[in-house]
Amino acid sequence: MSGRDADPLGGAVSDGILVVGGGIAGITAALEAAEAGVQVYLVEKSAHLGGRVAQLARYFPKLCPPTCGLEINYRRLRENRDVHVFTTAEVEEIRGEPGHYEATIRRHPRYVNDRCTACGACSAPCPVERPNPFDYGMSTTKTISLGHEMAFPMKYSIDASTCLFDDCAKCVDACPYGAVDLHMEEERIQLEVGAVVVATGWQPYDAGAIANLAFGHYPDVVTNVMLERMLAENGPTAGQVLRPSDGTPVRSAAFVQCAGSRDRLHLGYCSSICCLASLKEASLLLERNPEATAHVFFIDLRTPGTYEAFATKVLAHPNVRTTKGKVADILQDPDSGQLVVVADDMVAGAMRRLPVDLVVLASGMEPSLTQGRPAAEVAYDPDGFVAEGADGGGIFAAGCARAPVDVATATLDATAAAMRAIRVLRQATPLPAPTVTVPVP
Amino acid sequence: MSAEKRAGVYLCHGCGIGDSVDVDALAATARSTGGVTVTRTSRAFCLEDAELIASDIEAQALDAVVVAACSPRVNRQVFGFGAVKVERVNLREQVAWSHPPREEATEELAADLLRMGIAACGYASAPTPHTQAHQRSVVVVGAGPAGLEAAVAAADAGYAVTVVEREPEAGGFLRRIHRCWPSRPNVDTSLENPHLDELVERAVSHPNVTLRTSTTVEALVGEPGHFVASLQSASGATEVVAGSVVLATGSEPLASEHFAAYGLGTLPDVITSSEMEELARQGEIRRPSDGRVASRVAILACDGPSDDANLPYTGTVASMVALKQAVYVHDSQPDAEVFLVYEDMQTPGFDELYYRFVQRQRGVYLVRGHVSSVDQGEDGHLGVVARDSVLARDVRFDVDLVVLDIGMVPTSAPSLSEPVNLHLKYLQGEAMPLERSGFVDSNFLCFPFETRRTGIYAAGAVHRSQDVAASRRDGAAAALKAVQVVEKASTGEAVHPRVGELGYPQFFMQKCTACGRCTQECPFGALELDEARHPVINPNRCRRCGICMGACPVQVISFPDYSVEMVSAMQKAVELPEDDSKPRVLVLACENDAYPAIDMMGINRLQYPAHLRVLPVRCLGSVNAITVTDAIQRGFDGVALLGCRSGEDYQCHFIQGSELLGTRMDNVRETLGRLALEEDRVQVLETSIADARRLPDLLAGFAAGVAELGPNPMKGF
Repeated sequence: MSGRDADPLGGAVSDGILVVGGGIAGITAALEAAEAGVQVYLVEKSAHLGGRVAQLARYFPKLCPPTCGLEINYRRLRENRDVHVFTTAEVEEIRGEPGHYEATIRRHPRYVNDRCTACGACSAPCPVERPNPFDYGMSTTKTISLGHEMAFPMKYSIDASTCLFDDCAKCVDACPYGAVDLHMEEERIQLEVGAVVVATGWQPYDAGAIANLAFGHYPDVVTNVMLERMLAENGPTAGQVLRPSDGTPVRSAAFVQCAGSRDRLHLGYCSSICCLASLKEASLLLERNPEATAHVFFIDLRTPGTYEAFATKVLAHPNVRTTKGKVADILQDPDSGQLVVVADDMVAGAMRRLPVDLVVLASGMEPSLTQGRPAAEVAYDPDGFVAEGADGGGIFAAGCARAPVDVATATLDATAAAMRAIRVLRQATPLPAPTVTVPVP
Repeated sequence: MSAEKRAGVYLCHGCGIGDSVDVDALAATARSTGGVTVTRTSRAFCLEDAELIASDIEAQALDAVVVAACSPRVNRQVFGFGAVKVERVNLREQVAWSHPPREEATEELAADLLRMGIAACGYASAPTPHTQAHQRSVVVVGAGPAGLEAAVAAADAGYAVTVVEREPEAGGFLRRIHRCWPSRPNVDTSLENPHLDELVERAVSHPNVTLRTSTTVEALVGEPGHFVASLQSASGATEVVAGSVVLATGSEPLASEHFAAYGLGTLPDVITSSEMEELARQGEIRRPSDGRVASRVAILACDGPSDDANLPYTGTVASMVALKQAVYVHDSQPDAEVFLVYEDMQTPGFDELYYRFVQRQRGVYLVRGHVSSVDQGEDGHLGVVARDSVLARDVRFDVDLVVLDIGMVPTSAPSLSEPVNLHLKYLQGEAMPLERSGFVDSNFLCFPFETRRTGIYAAGAVHRSQDVAASRRDGAAAALKAVQVVEKASTGEAVHPRVGELGYPQFFMQKCTACGRCTQECPFGALELDEARHPVINPNRCRRCGICMGACPVQVISFPDYSVEMVSAMQKAVELPEDDSKPRVLVLACENDAYPAIDMMGINRLQYPAHLRVLPVRCLGSVNAITVTDAIQRGFDGVALLGCRSGEDYQCHFIQGSELLGTRMDNVRETLGRLALEEDRVQVLETSIADARRLPDLLAGFAAGVAELGPNPMKGF
């Protein structure tokens, strides 16, 4: 990452690769390309890199923390002067042709400049508590905040939608280093690049849109990404699984698969990761609450290939139970107040009613670019994913911008997209003839 | 610090450090230390005052700089001064933010950390990079879709590529495939022609690509930047020099013996999915026994309770093969009936849409369950009995043809009669390290190309179970890694994860006992033996973990900027008070996981005992037993080794580091026994980067255990 000043270009243009999105796919594409000697501009719309994976408690199947791999990647970024990171920035427009694109980047004001040392002095006097989007609203932070302990860059930012600005300005006085600038303005940066990697990722499908699953109706119906934050040690419950309604430890949870996915009314495709994510969350739940039971309602358990062994291990646990069948309804028992999952048990051929403390909806992945698409010659499929660049193009998709995929596929995908981008650059500006020591046959 | 070194010490007041400790007193400590030429303080060195450091380096000809401020995890480039050694002393996260201010214990901690940092500078010299190897060329082994894509990608990027294919023509397994399933069934559900000939033509006609068919690799020697592949073909032997290698030898169907229960091999009309491709290529699907057009076909997923051998190799591919082949039957005979028996339809992502498309085809019946028997019925039919798990009863159907959906085994798998082998002339063996099912892979999650044989990258079906489109992406990605490693080798820089590191292990051969342990323990096979059985390093294979350094029983291995002496000097810089109320515990912490977790205690303002002295190490595997025993013999009351999980789901970035520590600890325990000291004074504590909230208790618990043992009797000797 370039030095303290995050605008190293001074408005100048340069060749190189533009990577849109700073999640695991974007970070990977940026680093892999830069480590092959290419200049990279990495544009992330939020204040920090890491994307969705930074919010996960653990990865399947190794049950290891995603921050471990992120730390290695952040270290690579810190050491690399060829990756230029722009946070709070969006790509507005990409014009041109393979080898010669001009991109317009719109950088929103962070209201905290590069003098920020992350000491935290600004946050203490801030009077505004706002719902924390990193925890999907299950906790609050001050409006000037670091985001989370693994934030990269490790700089504070202000949430403009809740800040009182000049009516308060306590943070300005509190900062010993003159880092808070409430009058920072939006800016536009022009970049000239040879190729583009779109790695804008995904967002959870709106579970509230699935009426029968009662999300938003009962507080103890949560989504898989919310449970993931509860399971995370740096999350709203510091890793404990507690019932949102009363804060008591969860003794039984129902995992409702395909909440939105494989459903023509919602997402027609399969979101790929939810079966494994639920099995992972079930085993983490049992690790935290050993007395608890986890009940998975599924149509097909999609745990292919390498993941089969993991699934077998989780399913062998006596407290993990499964029902093949779709969940029809989530109700509340009027007497006990407990939630009841009503499902069509395909094997038993009967409706089944299961009372539980917590219902976890495996809400699917929706491409982030269903909204806020840049003005650019990018083809989208009917579901909003970026269609793979045809040969001869210079804009490539990676990770969940291309298709719903797991992290292992996203990182591989990102490396491939980086290579395809480099090929476009090299064809526009070839390297000197290769050194060959191939003997003539 | 050695007298010839000139170091500057820069102490920061910022971010609460000045409130927590007496920075002027620390400056006085620095000034009284030998070799310290200049000492300065600042309210915030990361801002304008960073220039003071730069100008001192120039004016005072400093060769080392100690920045006593924030964690090395931040401001890396602000405090980067070219070739000058920079040692970061973490007074912010690990002192000011995690210990009570202005207490004696906190001040002592800060002073010790400062002394450790200054001591480290004395043992760092600028590395001389290894830059001899620079071949801008790649050998690709295997000319299937992954290999061809890798070849064209590397060639387009300006590299000379030699593709080696053992068959007489390029194309790999794809040559046997009739059609591919649609990659975007939400746009188009038609089966796709793989256009193999175009892919082959693109590679063959590329000026940077040389294709050698009917050729095998007989030996591979060298290192990234300069490998020599010995090739063998009917026309003779030849050698190719290349900077890196892509292994794309694909997969083959699982052996038929695993499917005997389905009648494969005994009933002529029971065939495999790859045989079905052959039939489909011929047009109408005619059954082998009598050549009659098959109008009733059973496709069996072979994913039931007795198919354990098949399951690791079916991946997401097998279900799609079954669906696609159901469409073949339909295309061949519009009135045909197809029964597809499966337990779980593995069609993630867009494949789901193809599954739904096939479900809607007339005459295609999906039966969820598993097969209990396949028999030769009367009048030439085969009888298939399946347990239908939805209807919870047995169903029977008579068919003309049974197709078994057989998993694809990577050509590297040891279970094959002749697994593909690059014949690496490496001391650690000729074969590539494999994951448990035989794929060429080591960490498929965060870093899919992290290989234990640096410079050799797997792609396609030998890497993981994947379809043609994914294999081609994998090929392009492996080509990038192949190109990258050559560029890094040309400047002597390490690749993942210590990217850019220049220093590599040096051996003080006069003292080497030729025990060979370093060569065995290196996770990357970087070390070979010479005739005197002394280790020889291939620097570009080395990933700079330091495991060899930890392994050496006589401590002859060191990096220019990381060594047993350096760690030892840091440990010795800690003052050990004779006062029994002031115990001291040394914490050797893995740099990537444990150290950041300790930082995050500080970021969360969580406290841990101030008498702990944290010393970051590259990997616990780089810790030499003597470091631990020296610390104990010097009088540390305890030593904790904080590192990653080992075993099957290991988290060590150097694969075996935390595992190897186990054997090192045996030596440590032996020494403790000899000294009549309690074993519990030294412990390995497994931790992860997410443990910031668990660490205060874990560390305090260890410290309490040590306290119970009483002061180390060796103290003061």
